[in-house]
Parts: sequence; structure tokens; C-alpha cells
Amino acid sequence: MDLNTVLQILDSAVRLMTPLLLACLAGLYSERAGVFDIGLEGKMLMAAFTAASVAALTGNVWLGLIAGLAGSLALAAVHGAASITFRGNQLISGVAINFLASGLTVLLGQKIFGLGGRTPSLTPGAELDAQVTPFRAWLSGITGPDTAAALTATPRFGDITLPFADSLRGIPVVGPLYAEVISGHTILVYVAFLMVPLTWWVLYRTRFGLRLRAVGENPASVDTAGVSVTRLRFAAVAIAGLLCGLAGAYLATGLSAGFVKEMTAGRGFIALAALIFAKWRPWGALGATFLFGLLEAIANRYPNLDLGIVTVPSMFMNALPYILTVVILAGFVGRAVPPRAGGEPYVKER
Amino acid sequence: MEKMPKWADVLLTPLISLVLAMAISALVILAIGESPALALTTMIDGALGSSYGWGFTLYYATNFIFTGLAVMVAYHASLFNIGGEGQAAMGGLGVALVLLSLPLPHWALALPAAMIGAALFGAAWALIPAWLQAKRGSHIVITTIMFNFIAAALLNYVLVNLLRPVGSMDPASARFPNETHLPKLSDMALSLGFEWGKNTPANISFFVAVAACVLVWLLIWRTRLGFEIRAFGKSEPAALYAGISPVRITIIAMLISGGLAGMMAINNVMGEAERLVLNAVEGAGFIGIAVALMGRNHPLGVFLAALLFGFLYQGGGELALWTSIPRELIVVIQALVILFTGALDNMVRGPLERMFMAMRKRGA
Repeated sequence: MDLNTVLQILDSAVRLMTPLLLACLAGLYSERAGVFDIGLEGKMLMAAFTAASVAALTGNVWLGLIAGLAGSLALAAVHGAASITFRGNQLISGVAINFLASGLTVLLGQKIFGLGGRTPSLTPGAELDAQVTPFRAWLSGITGPDTAAALTATPRFGDITLPFADSLRGIPVVGPLYAEVISGHTILVYVAFLMVPLTWWVLYRTRFGLRLRAVGENPASVDTAGVSVTRLRFAAVAIAGLLCGLAGAYLATGLSAGFVKEMTAGRGFIALAALIFAKWRPWGALGATFLFGLLEAIANRYPNLDLGIVTVPSMFMNALPYILTVVILAGFVGRAVPPRAGGEPYVKER
Repeated sequence: MEKMPKWADVLLTPLISLVLAMAISALVILAIGESPALALTTMIDGALGSSYGWGFTLYYATNFIFTGLAVMVAYHASLFNIGGEGQAAMGGLGVALVLLSLPLPHWALALPAAMIGAALFGAAWALIPAWLQAKRGSHIVITTIMFNFIAAALLNYVLVNLLRPVGSMDPASARFPNETHLPKLSDMALSLGFEWGKNTPANISFFVAVAACVLVWLLIWRTRLGFEIRAFGKSEPAALYAGISPVRITIIAMLISGGLAGMMAINNVMGEAERLVLNAVEGAGFIGIAVALMGRNHPLGVFLAALLFGFLYQGGGELALWTSIPRELIVVIQALVILFTGALDNMVRGPLERMFMAMRKRGA
């Protein structure tokens, strides 16, 4: 295995870990505030669908991103209403949200595009042009044809080349690492990585973060201090919705070009696993999602990994995140202790 | 004092939840430009209008009875077993191993053997999460989710690398021997002298499922173990004080739950496919959650809810065939049923309770 292969695998790991990282941080906000969220998968799926649909209909990926955030937020609102307002079972609500997204995306996709549940491919071409034309015509009535054409020509997020990527390439190891692995991703990848220090700062260095963590450990004390438990938890669930929205939008308009049925393929649950692996901490989330992204990248590249003595089948590599999580949960390798008030609806003292 | 009469709690709340779920589903159908009335008549016609439709409805219902009972038993111990999908998949592996390795001369011998294999494998798959919950305090919901994925990967590996007959490209096991094929309900009807449900997969497992409902009822409400399970589920400290071991009850309840989920395999793997294929469970494990919630965690309720979902499944298939509404409509209905009967229970219950309290006050 030469340096080039390693770099390619690392590059692929960075791409694959991004949706995991965003969803994992989403779960982190929600669960740190005491609201279990097994609906990460559903919210990501819904966001991927709405983002790809709007991007396909308008030819503008930023409008798609807004739609992705909105789609995910709508489901987050359902989760908030069920688990905070009506004090329902948060796990059951999450299960319902996953199914709701899985069914609705296909129903609506079939209605809008008639392609059996997928959206048109977001690569420029005749299929996409046919979808964008009505919007472009309507827009050119307002802004003029040239601006309209420019605004409707970016259905996907493009790769960004960071400064000096090419000039630094000559430096051994570091140069190619910078040019291949760090540079050349879509904006959402960098947003995801910036979310890690941001989340750390919010959680551990702001008043909001202190209260958020307190509400997940001991909501009664927060209530006694005169801070609304309901409002804090809704804020956390909304942030989780936004982050899942980013994750879904990245899946459909960054990583791939368009939405296909069930495209999240269990990533929401791997993110959940990463969250436990990370022990509900932001920097841990970065490490855990990188590990799981790397595993997926290796499994993609080597369907049957030959280690000399044994051949590891790809199924094992695919199952490894789940197996590792069970091991961590079992507490044999470092104990993962969840927020104490997680899963319990808060009933105000009367 | 009870806030509302028992009949309202048992009948009215699930019915109102169902009506709400159906109303929103109707709105979804309207939103995609189809007629809800036409959809409903198509579904009723396709699922209940002929013995052919009933044959499929009962076949699906059999699956859902097993997975619904599985969720129900765990729920009485206040454990949320979301791993029915994986346990049922492993049950399928148990059935396949028994039928492919033992020379069983007749289905009457093969059925109990397969039931033992299915229940053992299903229970074994529930054992590790149960043990981790009881001994190490790992959350059973998370571990059972993880075990669903691990089961899928394991089954994929076993089918592709171990059970696949030589020369076959299909990731599926060899066909089970002819002697082990279960009698279909249509064959049984023929032997009684009338024609019913020709070419449908409903088979004798349906009666096993009905018997399982009765047995689970006896277990939960008429045995000491059932009492301990319920006591543990209602209040762990009280159960502990009464000398009930939380570890023992957690593990036993999950073993029964996993065994019931695994038993589903006698219907779909042994009764219908007659070989083990990839993704044989097709989400029935998750529908068990909806069935148990809708059925208020009572075997009779589970039976009725399983019939309802059997109807939805068969009707949904017919919808996809005759209208332009995709099959995924059932997934939406299923999600809404879970949402209203499970997560938004208080939303339905609150106003009802207030209404009954007001009525009582006026009456007194």
C-alpha cells in the first residue's frame, strides 16, 4: 500500500464521515438536553429528499440547502411536540419519525418526479434541465435571463480548492496530504468540521451550554433556577434538526448527486453509535465518526480485506461500528455514561 | 380514583388514535392527488374482498402476531425491544439450519423442531442485549438496534459464504426438503371439501400464532412469572423489595420476547419461502412495535392489531398494483399509528380524561 492509496482512503473517509459527524453532533445537542433521539436517520433522510428536490426544481443548491433544513426541522418539531409538550415516549417518537420519513420521501418523490422515489440526477444534463426550465423562466421575468441562468446553474455543491493546495503539493507527505485530503471538499465538509470546536465552545463556555447540559442531568434544578426546561429542550431539538438537515443536504447534494430511496442506509444509527463511542462529547464525536468513516472507506475499497492470515469479509467491516459500540456500551473498554435525565419527560412540580 | 372508565381506556383511546392516523393518511393521499375513498375501497376489496385477499392478509397477520407479542412481553417488563427485526432474522437462520441438517420425515415433526430452532436462535440474539442491560446497564434500545444491523451483516455473510448451494448466484439457502413443507390453509380447506384462498401463503403457522396469543395471556396474567414480569415493569424498587431479581426478570423477559420474534420464521421462512432468503423479515419486526402499541399490550389487542396491519399490508400491495399510489403509503400509515398510539398518547388521552372527569362531576 503506497502513500497515494492511503491518501485516497483518507480522502474518502473525510467525505464519508461528514454526514456522520453532523448527525452525531445533532444527537449530542438533543441527548445532552435529555431528549433521546433515535430519529436522526429519519430527519437526515427527509432533509436529503427535500434538499435534492428543491435543488432539482430550482437548479440552486442553496435553496436546496434551505429546504433540507426546513424538512429536517419539521420532523424535529414533531419530535419536540411528542417528547416535550406531550411528554410521550421519546424512543417511540423517534421510531415513528424514521418510518414517516422513509414513507413520505418515496410518496412525495413519486408524486413530484415520477421516477419511482428518486429525484432527477443533479448532474447537468437534459433530465435536470427539463425540471429547472419552468423556474428559470419564472425567475428571468424578475431578474432578467442572464442572472436567472446564473442562479439556476448550480444544482450541487462543488469542491473547494483551498489556497496554496497546488503550490504546496511538492512538499513530501504534508503537501499531498493537504492537497488531497484536506483540500477539495464541498463547503459543508468544512462547516461540519468547524461545528466541532463551535459545539465545544457552546456547551462548555456559554451560559446556554451550561443550562443545556444541566437540563439533561437534572432538569428540576434548572427549573428551580427559573429557567424554562421546555424552552431549553426545544432549542436543543431544533439545533439537532438543523444539523441533521445539513447532514441530509450534504448526502444528496454534496456526496452524491440526487436523492435515492433509503439513501441514508443506516447512517443515522451509525451516528448514534458514534455518539455513544464519543461518550457524548464533541471532540470524541470527531474521533468516533472519523473511525467509522475510515472503516466504511476501507470496506468500500477492499470488499475482502486480506490480512495475510485471515480474509476479513466486507460484511464484518460494515458491522464493525455496531459491534464496537456494543463493546463500549458493555463497559469493558471505558464506560459510556449517558446524561442522567435522558429519555425522561420533565413534569413540573405543582 | 381512575380518571376514566376502563372501556374508554382500552377501546376509545386506540380508536381515536387510529382515526387520527387514518385522517392524516387521507390528507397525504389527497396531497399526492389521489382519492382517499378510492384508496380505501381498493384496499378493502383487495385484502378482504376475496378468500385470495384474506389468504395474504392472514399470512401477514401471522408474522405481526409473533413480532407484536414479542414487543408486548418485553414491554410488560418495561423493556423496549426494538430488535424484533434481528431476532426474527436469526430465527430464520435457526429454522434453515434445523430443516437443512436434520432428516425430518414429516411436517408434523419438522414444525416443532423448526419452532425450537427459531425460538432458540431468536432468544439467543436477545440474550446479549438482555444481559448487557441487566448486568452492565447498557440501554437495551441502543443495543437491540445495533444487534439488528449485526444480524443483517451476519445473515448476509452466512447466506453468501456458507448456506448458498454450489453454483447458485442467489444469496439464499437451498430449498427445504419437500416433506417439511407446511400445509397451506388452502390445502386444509380443500381436504375439508371447499375451496379457499388458492395460491396464498397463509399456512398452519396462523394457528400456532393464535395459540401463542393464548399462551402469552396465560403467562402474563395467570402465572407467577408473569406477575413478576409485570411487577418489575411497573416498579423496579417495589419488585426488588418483594424479592424479585431484576437481572433474572430482565433476562427471562427478553428471552421470551426474542423467542417469540424468532418464531415468526416458521411462517415466512418455513411456510412461505421454503428456503432462507436475504431480508426475509421485510420490516415485520418493526411493525411489531406498532402492533403492540395499538393492541394496548394485550394479546387480544395484538391479535386484532396484527389483523389490521395484515389488511394494510395486503391492501397496500393492491394499491400499488391498481392505482398510482406507491406501496410506501403503508409505511406512512404505520408511522402515524406508532406516533399517535405511542408517542402522542397523552395528546389523545388528556382531553378524554378531562371530558370524563367533567361528566363525572356533573353526574355526582
